[in-house]
Amino acid sequence: METLLQILKDLHPDVDFETCDTLVDSGILDSFDIITLIAEISSEFDVNIPAEEIMPDNFNSAEALYALIKRLSDED
Amino acid sequence: MLFASYGFILFIGLLFIAYYSIPKKYQWQLLLGASYLFYYFSGPENLLYISLTTLSTYAAAVKISEMHRVQAQHLASHGDEMSREEKKAYKALTKSGQRRWLLACLILNFGVLAVTKYSNFAIVNINWALETLGSGARVSFLQLALPMGISFYTFKTMSYIIDVYRGRYPAERNPFKLALFTSFFPQLVQGPISRFDSLSRTLFEQHSFDGRNVSRGLQRILWGFFKKVVLADRMLMAVNTIIRNPDTYQGIFVFIGMLFYAYQLYADFTGGIDITIGTAEVLGIKVEENFKRPYFSKSTAEYWRRWHITMGTWFKDYLFYPLSVSGPMLKFSRYSRQKLGDGLGKRLPVYVSTIIVWFTTGLWHGASWNFIVWGLLNGAVIIVSMECQPLYDWFHGRFNVKDSFWFRLFQVVRTILLMSAIRMFDCYRDVPLTFRMLGTMFTRFNIGALSLEALLGLGLGLPDYAVLLLGLAALVWVSLVQRSGSVRDKLAGKPFVLRYAAYYVLIVSILVFGAYGIGYDASQFIYNQF
Repeated sequence: METLLQILKDLHPDVDFETCDTLVDSGILDSFDIITLIAEISSEFDVNIPAEEIMPDNFNSAEALYALIKRLSDED
Repeated sequence: MLFASYGFILFIGLLFIAYYSIPKKYQWQLLLGASYLFYYFSGPENLLYISLTTLSTYAAAVKISEMHRVQAQHLASHGDEMSREEKKAYKALTKSGQRRWLLACLILNFGVLAVTKYSNFAIVNINWALETLGSGARVSFLQLALPMGISFYTFKTMSYIIDVYRGRYPAERNPFKLALFTSFFPQLVQGPISRFDSLSRTLFEQHSFDGRNVSRGLQRILWGFFKKVVLADRMLMAVNTIIRNPDTYQGIFVFIGMLFYAYQLYADFTGGIDITIGTAEVLGIKVEENFKRPYFSKSTAEYWRRWHITMGTWFKDYLFYPLSVSGPMLKFSRYSRQKLGDGLGKRLPVYVSTIIVWFTTGLWHGASWNFIVWGLLNGAVIIVSMECQPLYDWFHGRFNVKDSFWFRLFQVVRTILLMSAIRMFDCYRDVPLTFRMLGTMFTRFNIGALSLEALLGLGLGLPDYAVLLLGLAALVWVSLVQRSGSVRDKLAGKPFVLRYAAYYVLIVSILVFGAYGIGYDASQFIYNQF
């Protein structure tokens, strides 16, 4: 989780990713951020997030994103 | 059948009476019949194309969905006995079967779109290449008419099949319901490009007559008609005069034409969408918004989140994301970061995806180099503004103007001008001419050429300019009011006399000031040609 928070912080240093749960809904993460994030996650966690998993529910909070990474790495 | 025609009004009137008179469980079947009838009026041969798209998408989606079901059932009953590797292999097998059906469906339907829409464009370029190489051979053009709305219904159905493949929702088992989703007539002309899960929520429901819905729908239709026949069609005359006479109208007139076309396109496209959403609303069906006051955007990226929203989200969900997270792109991402570092190295893959998406978006709009250049320029502006972000950050760190009204106004005006300039590629006959005309705004602006006489020479009289100015004021006022909620809700709270005075003014304006009058086929909706 720490690594993920660091990746998010690098993207938007001014956002409190530990509490915010509307990252997509409130427009903090745009499509470019999401793609950058997925590339980072792919190299840091060795998990590929497929296009079908790109939906607001999976990216609205750091917690949801971490759960997605865990689920995908368990499935792998 | 034209939207802005007496035929359409009669069609809607008869449908409305029948829709609320028959048993509610037959309403969607009636809509399907009406949609096919509407489509039949646009050319009977077109029915063949839309039926092919519907049937092929139906069959592939049912097959893919069935594979999802069998997989879920198999894993539920045998999952405990299977090792992790066995499960993975089983899922991979299912996926590969599903992918075959998906690809077959995509190739067939995008293939039909490509052949009907792009063949002759490809042939023009092949012939040009043959001529350049000195060959006397030429390829003959195909005599294929572009089926009405094919770009829109192909995108609708392809989003459906991809969503079913992704497991977002199961396939629709009733082929006639899918046929209605594909052909729903208010959306055939120019979208919005609805998704199956959101539109089907209200499309197949039973609808009781609701006076409020009907009244709101009619108000929206009225507003759409006003924008189309009073404003857009009137402005068309001046725009056509400027773009069809590039030797006469240069410099300041290109600038004027650019602003006029921005006005015309907005009134035309949003007017059409108002008629679409209003018609659906009268029938109790909710169609999503396609515009959110785009001319109030402060950047190009924001503008594209607010203009033709359903097209933008389609390209984002079904091209930008899959392309950006594809294996080769992630590999390229790692490579570019190794070679270029964490800055540009990270951004470069995003830029490559952006260029590909905007190239495709341009091509979707029309089979010509004008649209391709238009798309690429949009992509380029977005990339340049991303590259300039550190400069913006520095500027805002130094000058505290970010939230000032004047700075925001500057950003809005800058975005309008930029988008309007790029949009001129829609207008002039070819790319070099467009660049040349845009260039004249810098090389021979010649503001002195702008006189009342010159403006009247564009095909509009003083009363036309007065109508257009009042129309502009109304458009701006409505957009400003919309920021704090629905204009129709606010109007509903006003005294009876005021409300009906507003409706009366709109109806009289349409009848008296309609540029060509309702039903005159002077100009189809601009987006109809896409």
